[in-house]
Amino acid sequence: MITAERKPIEEIMEYVKPYKKILLLGCNECVTVCYAGGRKEVGILASALSMAFLKQGQKVEIDELTLERQCDPEYVEELARTIQQYDAVCSMACGCGVQTIAGRYKDKPVYPMVNTKFMGASERQGVWAERCQGCGDCVLAFTGGICPVARCSKRIFNGPCGGSSGGKCEIDPNVDCAWQLIWDRLKALGRTDLYERIMPAKDWRAARDGGPRKIVREDLLA
Amino acid sequence: MELKTDSNLEKVLRAGHFAVTGEVGPPRGSDPEAVREKAAHLVGKVDAVNITDCQTAMVRMSSWAASLICKSMGLEPNYQMVCRDRNRIAMQSDILGAYAMGLNTMLCLSGDHPSFGDHPMASNVHDLDSIQLIQMVRGMMDDGKFQGGAEIKRPPKMFIGAAANPFGDPFELRVLRLAKKVAAGADFIQTQCIYNMQKFRDYMKMAVDKGLHEKTYILAGVTPLKSAGMAKYMATKVPGMDVPDDVVKRIASAPKEKQAEEGIKFLCEQIEEMREIEGVAGIHLMAIEWEHKVPEILEQAKCLPRPQV
Repeated sequence: MITAERKPIEEIMEYVKPYKKILLLGCNECVTVCYAGGRKEVGILASALSMAFLKQGQKVEIDELTLERQCDPEYVEELARTIQQYDAVCSMACGCGVQTIAGRYKDKPVYPMVNTKFMGASERQGVWAERCQGCGDCVLAFTGGICPVARCSKRIFNGPCGGSSGGKCEIDPNVDCAWQLIWDRLKALGRTDLYERIMPAKDWRAARDGGPRKIVREDLLA
Repeated sequence: MELKTDSNLEKVLRAGHFAVTGEVGPPRGSDPEAVREKAAHLVGKVDAVNITDCQTAMVRMSSWAASLICKSMGLEPNYQMVCRDRNRIAMQSDILGAYAMGLNTMLCLSGDHPSFGDHPMASNVHDLDSIQLIQMVRGMMDDGKFQGGAEIKRPPKMFIGAAANPFGDPFELRVLRLAKKVAAGADFIQTQCIYNMQKFRDYMKMAVDKGLHEKTYILAGVTPLKSAGMAKYMATKVPGMDVPDDVVKRIASAPKEKQAEEGIKFLCEQIEEMREIEGVAGIHLMAIEWEHKVPEILEQAKCLPRPQV
């Protein structure tokens, strides 16, 4: 999923302070699962903002709403009838949601309430870690199901570098060395032969380097 | 003796001499004198001198510029290039430029992560990794082609080096990764600083068993320990470094004013031992901020004079 963290209240206050009436808009997808921008977090931020404004002797009207998916025009359309009554939308979705709102309601200011972080997985309650960089050409078949692009600090395809120590990355003892994990997995799978092949230079066009990406599925086009 | 390049290091190695390379770190400023001052100590004392490329991810004078300064002094630069700061377009461009200016020996490295340096906010490029960089330089030279496939007018002829750390983890991968660097086209290898001689012997045995010493030249990395403080620092603070306790103790047990001397003595013993290890083709002496000691160290280690080939 896409993970996110709420922005600091001070930064949010800077965005919001010119407005009298705002819509605080959550999303029921990834940001709900990672406790950053779902219905519950919308409620918490609404209270925090109300209090912060009150402290400054200011009053702001905050409506709360959580859409099923902010990155989907079908759900974003639900705002069409009500959005005009708000001075601004404060989106608690990831960057995809914020931009879907901005694209659909062109004259309405929309502000991000979270920092979108990465595509990751939950390691345990309260901990998420990066697992995928969406490089567009998956190599997990050759690396024992551990991604060197997302999990090696130098995204090395033929690792480990000289800084792997006790299974940890040289940049931080709390970061696992991806190539140690890859090697352990290849051994467990009996596929150490995969390590001995040189992985060729990557074609980064499939990643962000080829420009903004788009998927068009002809079979699904209406 | 068939030579692939004009590299002096290649000539020395192919002639079967025990090679000696040194190292000069470019300054954090634009004064060419700062390069000359360090490099002057090495003139005539080493077969090639590594010119580091923003080591520890600190901005320094570019490796190719400092290489040219060293070349003008009669040294043979081993032009270092890291994958951290450039994509393959910039790398190939720099290689053409370096070769045009007479550089013929280079070292392909991943590079220290930006988080170690003074620009931790910098983008961390790694378009290629070090093994892919070796492959690319090999292709430029042997096939006369850019990685994109187009032909190169006057392809660069580089004697291609790579680094190896016998002490990184997992140990069982260390020789396998060395083998990948050799398969990618590394003509020579310079290792990380060695203090754990037993582990290095085990490593070399594995390399020799794989026949790697016949496909590449392996230079053993050494760095003199200047003090007990430095020994302790290397033992505990430098990632991928293995300094055994007895080495730290040996330096620490010497009186403070004699510790540097003891460090040099230990290093000379190491070099003596390394000459006897099968597959070791020479040494790479990294006397960091101690360049003025290089002549004395190499004299003591019986590495002088250098062969004229």
